[in-house]
Amino acid sequence: MTTDPRALPGADPHTGNREVDPVTGYETTGHDWGGIRELNTPFPRIALIALALTVIYSVVAWILLPAWPTGRDYTRGLLGLDQGEVAMDRLQAIKTGRAVWLTHFEAPDFASLAVNRGLMALAMPAARRLYGDNCALCHGSDGAGGPGFPALADADWLWSGDPEEIAVTLRHGINAEDPDTRIAEMPAFDWMDRVDRLSLAGFVASLPTGKADWDSPAAGLFTQNCAACHGEKGQGGLGVGAPSLTDGATIYGQDPQTVYNTLTLGRRGVMPAWAGRLGEAEINLLALYVSRLSETKEERTQ
Amino acid sequence: MKATATLTKSERQTGIGLAIALAVMGFAMAAAARHGVMAIHGGMAMVLGLALVFVLGGALYDHPEPGADRLSRYYDAPIRFGIAMTLIWAVIGMGVGVWVAALMYWPEATPLWDWTSYGRLRPVHTSGVIFGFGGNALIATSLYVVQRTSRARLADALSPWVVLIGYNLFCLWAVSGYLMGVTQSKEYAEAPWYADIWLVAIWLTYFALYIRTLARRAEPHIYVANWYYLAFILVVAILHIINNLALPVRWTSAESFPIWSGVQDAMIQWWYGHNAVAFFLTAGFLGMLYYFLPVRAQRPIWSYRLSILSFWGIVFFYMWAGSHHLHYTALPYWVQTLGMTFSVMLLVPSWASAGNAIATLNGAWHKVRDDAVLRFMFVAAVFYGLSTFEGSFLAIRPVNSLSHYTDWTVGHVHSGTLGWVAMIVFGAIYSLVPKLWGRENMAWPRAVEWHFWLAVAGTLVYVVSLWNAGITQGLMWRTYDANGALSYSFIETVEAMLPYYALRTLGGGLFLAGAILCALNCRATMRAAGSREDAADRPLAVQPAE
Repeated sequence: MTTDPRALPGADPHTGNREVDPVTGYETTGHDWGGIRELNTPFPRIALIALALTVIYSVVAWILLPAWPTGRDYTRGLLGLDQGEVAMDRLQAIKTGRAVWLTHFEAPDFASLAVNRGLMALAMPAARRLYGDNCALCHGSDGAGGPGFPALADADWLWSGDPEEIAVTLRHGINAEDPDTRIAEMPAFDWMDRVDRLSLAGFVASLPTGKADWDSPAAGLFTQNCAACHGEKGQGGLGVGAPSLTDGATIYGQDPQTVYNTLTLGRRGVMPAWAGRLGEAEINLLALYVSRLSETKEERTQ
Repeated sequence: MKATATLTKSERQTGIGLAIALAVMGFAMAAAARHGVMAIHGGMAMVLGLALVFVLGGALYDHPEPGADRLSRYYDAPIRFGIAMTLIWAVIGMGVGVWVAALMYWPEATPLWDWTSYGRLRPVHTSGVIFGFGGNALIATSLYVVQRTSRARLADALSPWVVLIGYNLFCLWAVSGYLMGVTQSKEYAEAPWYADIWLVAIWLTYFALYIRTLARRAEPHIYVANWYYLAFILVVAILHIINNLALPVRWTSAESFPIWSGVQDAMIQWWYGHNAVAFFLTAGFLGMLYYFLPVRAQRPIWSYRLSILSFWGIVFFYMWAGSHHLHYTALPYWVQTLGMTFSVMLLVPSWASAGNAIATLNGAWHKVRDDAVLRFMFVAAVFYGLSTFEGSFLAIRPVNSLSHYTDWTVGHVHSGTLGWVAMIVFGAIYSLVPKLWGRENMAWPRAVEWHFWLAVAGTLVYVVSLWNAGITQGLMWRTYDANGALSYSFIETVEAMLPYYALRTLGGGLFLAGAILCALNCRATMRAAGSREDAADRPLAVQPAE
């Protein structure tokens, strides 16, 4: 390779100068690719300074933070940071800030908590978000429920509306994988004659209207087969997880077709157990919040 | 002239042989798999092979042998095919993109058929635009550029067809597989294992074709655009092979397991994923920019030295940056630090490229004002600069703690893909289509202007709405009230996205409308093809005898 500028492509063979671009005043490199040429513009100083700055930034980061592997280990960095520790520290800081009011819920006396207005003002907004992230998916963000998921915002309860009892349901679930879970099952009455199931379904569907004919043969079937769990007149409230059939609040629906399906196939809905996923204080906080959903709804409608 | 007429009789015969081989391979796949997606894919390959046999066989004695003077001309027939496929994939890929954007606003509108579920459509969008639209554009323009800047005809006439047809079969296998529910669950690498192996074969053919053509160049130096195209071809092959190493569950079905596991799998996936952005969506398109911008502007490249700095900076720094996709995960902190710092150092070479492109327009600003095609390329360079700045910024760990998992990331990607990648492709297409179809100009020159403003408006609406969405989301997720409790439940942060999702659908719709207009404009131009020769296509240097 020659270094003589006169021998380079595009150079004047006498002076060694190349063609100069009239717009920028820079020399071309002498290359030409199907009409494309290049200017021999020097590096702009700003680009070199910027490159140096980013390299300095990186070197500082490498010195301060964990950065380069060294066989089975790595450089720890002067700050000695560990992302797991940092995350746990921050979590702990948040927990500490929350402990001021959340500890009241560790082993609560719900009745006295509920009248502590200052505490409620702190706790209920937090409970609403906790409910939104954990419960709303099934029970609805306003607790209205939906097919298969009981409403929490009405005054009709499967087990009980007391916060203590709601906390038990939250902790251990219903039909959940928990040794102390509540168990509730609507058995299948598929052994019953189809005609009987149809008439029984029609009878159950008429219960909330108050116009049910208690002298009909279907009423006899009801007394024999259903009353043990749902109450003599279908009023529920026996604390076994069997809903009232007279209050109009249902889990799956109370039209004749749905009741017929329920009778034929049975039901075994699941509420998961939240102990282990939520802390004890959080469970109690949620229990109090859920118990008050019906009140707040009534207040709203008033 | 029909494409088959550009092939000699012996090339047509070899082509028939290859098409028969494809049909036999497809039949073997279908027969071995018997049912399921692999059998359908085998059937597709068989039908394609048989169709090619008929096309080539029917043409075997129809056309006279092309004259020996063909060797002193550039070989553009496969490039015309590639451009047409680019436009078809643009409409498909962007159309599905607008569809899934609408589903995010209105999920209840998902029809009851399995294949219309969001999870299946979303990779159809990403693969359709990246591989279908972007890939065809890259292959077609690279074959155009390497000939012009080397003053050499493509090394042979069959392998460009093998590359383009084979590549489109890969794209078709990929997207049809997703619709039928087959995926490797690796982002941008969802295609089943046999499609991956097929792509390796196609890609090696492409690499060989490119190298052989470069080796025949009549210019003493290799032009910058070819450095980038070559980096794109070479590195994509490496990335593709390593990330897709997998063991098929059976040799007769589409399912497979990756050989990597756990955090190593995640790291390799994002080493691949980020370098797919670097070498597929950046290096190749920089090659496009480095050719079509100076040619259209009729200006010399502003700085040769800056070209060198940015090329080596980009190919070196990008390789390290992938781990910034895994900040605050199980990936060790030190890998995150390296990813972050190399992403920051990447900024200057990236800006050097963008700056070099924009400074090249010095002395041609009046053309930028008057010529929508050049304006496409200018806007592409500007968005390239903006999105590379944003990328380096988002890679900084504390910034990433706000942006990670939010729609800001999606907005950032689209500022790159709509604003940079698609804009430079449209600029290249509007430059190429008149030349390749022998005309002075596009059939509807006014429509180019319309397309430009639709594309700019669509990109801005899309990107700005997702910036807002992402920052809102990130802030809502991390806000605690004074009592140490989260201020928002997750569903509230989802509900807050609704107006932004509506706007992004609108922005995507505007961009799609422009792309459809472009496809129609190109179709009209192709139908009114002339016989004008491009004066810039100087006679080739004498070719060595074959």
